[in-house]
Amino acid sequence: MRILIVEDDSETAAYLVKALREAGHVADHAADGIAGASMAAGGGYDVLVVDRMLPSRDGIALIEDLRAKGDQTPVLILSALGQVDDRVVGLRSGGDDYLPKPFAFSELLARVEALARRRKSGEAETVYRVANLELDRLAHTVSRAGKIIPLQPREFRLLEYLMKHAGQVVTRTMLLENVWDYHFDPQTNVIDVHISRLRAKIDKGFDEALLHTVRGAGYMIRGGTQ
Amino acid sequence: MAARSRIFATTAFRLSAIYLAVFTAFAVGFVFYISYSTDRLLAAQLRETIEADVRGIEEQHRIGGTAAVVSAVEARSREPGANLYLLADANGVAIAGNIAEVPRELLRNASGNPVILPYTLETGSTRERLAMVESVVLPGGLHMVIGRDLAESERFRGIILRSLGWAVALLAVLGIVGWIYVSRRVLSRIDQATAASRRIMEGDLSERLEIAGTGDEFDRLAASLNAMLDRIEMLLYSLKDVSDNIAHDLKTPLTRLRNRVEATLAGPPDIASYRAALESTIEESDQLIRTFNALLMIARVEAGAADIAMTVTDATGIVRDVVELYEPLAEEADVELSAAAEGPLPVRGNRELLGQALANLVDNAIKHCSTSGEAGPFRVRVSAAVEDGHLVLRVDDNGPGVPEGDRERVLQRFVRLEKSRSAPGSGLGLSLVAAVVRMHRGTITLGDNAPGLSVSIRLPLGTEKQ
Repeated sequence: MRILIVEDDSETAAYLVKALREAGHVADHAADGIAGASMAAGGGYDVLVVDRMLPSRDGIALIEDLRAKGDQTPVLILSALGQVDDRVVGLRSGGDDYLPKPFAFSELLARVEALARRRKSGEAETVYRVANLELDRLAHTVSRAGKIIPLQPREFRLLEYLMKHAGQVVTRTMLLENVWDYHFDPQTNVIDVHISRLRAKIDKGFDEALLHTVRGAGYMIRGGTQ
Repeated sequence: MAARSRIFATTAFRLSAIYLAVFTAFAVGFVFYISYSTDRLLAAQLRETIEADVRGIEEQHRIGGTAAVVSAVEARSREPGANLYLLADANGVAIAGNIAEVPRELLRNASGNPVILPYTLETGSTRERLAMVESVVLPGGLHMVIGRDLAESERFRGIILRSLGWAVALLAVLGIVGWIYVSRRVLSRIDQATAASRRIMEGDLSERLEIAGTGDEFDRLAASLNAMLDRIEMLLYSLKDVSDNIAHDLKTPLTRLRNRVEATLAGPPDIASYRAALESTIEESDQLIRTFNALLMIARVEAGAADIAMTVTDATGIVRDVVELYEPLAEEADVELSAAAEGPLPVRGNRELLGQALANLVDNAIKHCSTSGEAGPFRVRVSAAVEDGHLVLRVDDNGPGVPEGDRERVLQRFVRLEKSRSAPGSGLGLSLVAAVVRMHRGTITLGDNAPGLSVSIRLPLGTEKQ
């Protein structure tokens, strides 16, 4: 995956580039808005990571220009430290996701991968499959090895999001944002309990566990073949 | 010298001086006007009296001739408080009357109009007096001079001038006394305030300005300055608390983190133990990041209230979301979590922040119930309702509760009651709730649920129009 990081803080940028490369991605760096715009215009990136505040050109303006030119490359916006939470402004300008500083790298990586995946898969699929687990988005049914598993509406949405990003790490805050539509950091393991409930329903009684915990990062649903 | 120049520099002095000058000018003008008018009135009366007398003498002369005039003049001269009379022959030699002598030219210029001139009394005194006199020539060449002494009107004028003097003197005394009283009072109040603020500047933050209890403008000023000082003191102490607690709550895990890494490095170079150390390092740093995020969040909510979007949102939805989010956690902790909210309850606010505030309260309630060590069954009830024009969000539990004396304190940053120090959490949850409530112009109350804690948040109701 090719990722462009537009970030004026050289230390953060160097760290991100290094970490993304270690995670198996190709990462480039632009230090200001103008360089970022020309590199992004060159194309070929799967995801852009854009700092909100940039010298010479604001991150928001950069995204708006890209979108005006019809460039639909997914953008993850990073907010500056101590800034008022301007998630709405960022997303309205055409950003796809928003991450306030300070953040954990695992959080950034999970979100970048989720953005790239969203672009590839699109929203067209009506049935998600992981190993022998099947989720039908239209019929609102879940079955494993042909056996129907009854789920609560929220559990269904939780599983739907996990399966949409099958094979990728999904963080707790991503789940809270996308399944519950709240953007805060839950203080305790409130998400974990939802996951273990879901796990009890879809994995209990089966040889192969599909819902995995990724230490220090989040969760991943994945079959043996993936 | 300094004290004197300070007194002259006061507003009280300037005002007193201006009032004194204005009133004196008025008094002087008024008294002069009165004395001028009375002078004219007295002069007119004198003239009439003299002219009436002259006409009487002329009448006598017409009826009885010179002899009648002489006897009339002599009779009138002897009356007490009499007018002045002088009857002289054509050569100016006195025949009768009570005036010793008048200037010759007066006799010659018998104009028939009263004039003012000095005279001497008949008794041989040399003292000259002033009189208003009229001189006429009677048929037959006799000179008749009739006049009236002016001492009476002079006395009257003297009375008026003296009263003027007294009035001005009294005004001056009153003005000066008033000025001294006002300036001493004002100066003493201001000096007190200055002294108090000096002491505050020197670091005694508990010092307050004195309130005399008169309810005057100084009291009002002192009261609002004191309120400001209360707020500053509170902010300062909370800042101090924050720095103290940062030292404890952030330094401790950082030190632990560092020590663990150091211990691992000093130990045998084994991949598995390195890995375990790194994983626990990540977990510990995540907790630190979480604490920082909570701090930043509170700062943002407190500082950037104007930048946070406020919309009309449904409180019932928020209550249901939060209860649904925490239900599995509650079940695991053996706490019965229930929601009580009927129908749409519009509230003007930020759904995210209200959701987080409610989540923090529910989180706390569950945590404190399950770690209290007491036997259950524990219940946490989240409710939303309209009570006397406000939206009231309430989280009630039957856990250990918070002692009455600590209820204010737990809303502050990093404050954790001793018995909950061991429980997970940053000590920032409730202070974020308090910040969110303040931002929404609401109030938060911690009450007794007997047993347990009852937290209620009162918020302004949202209307569709807004």
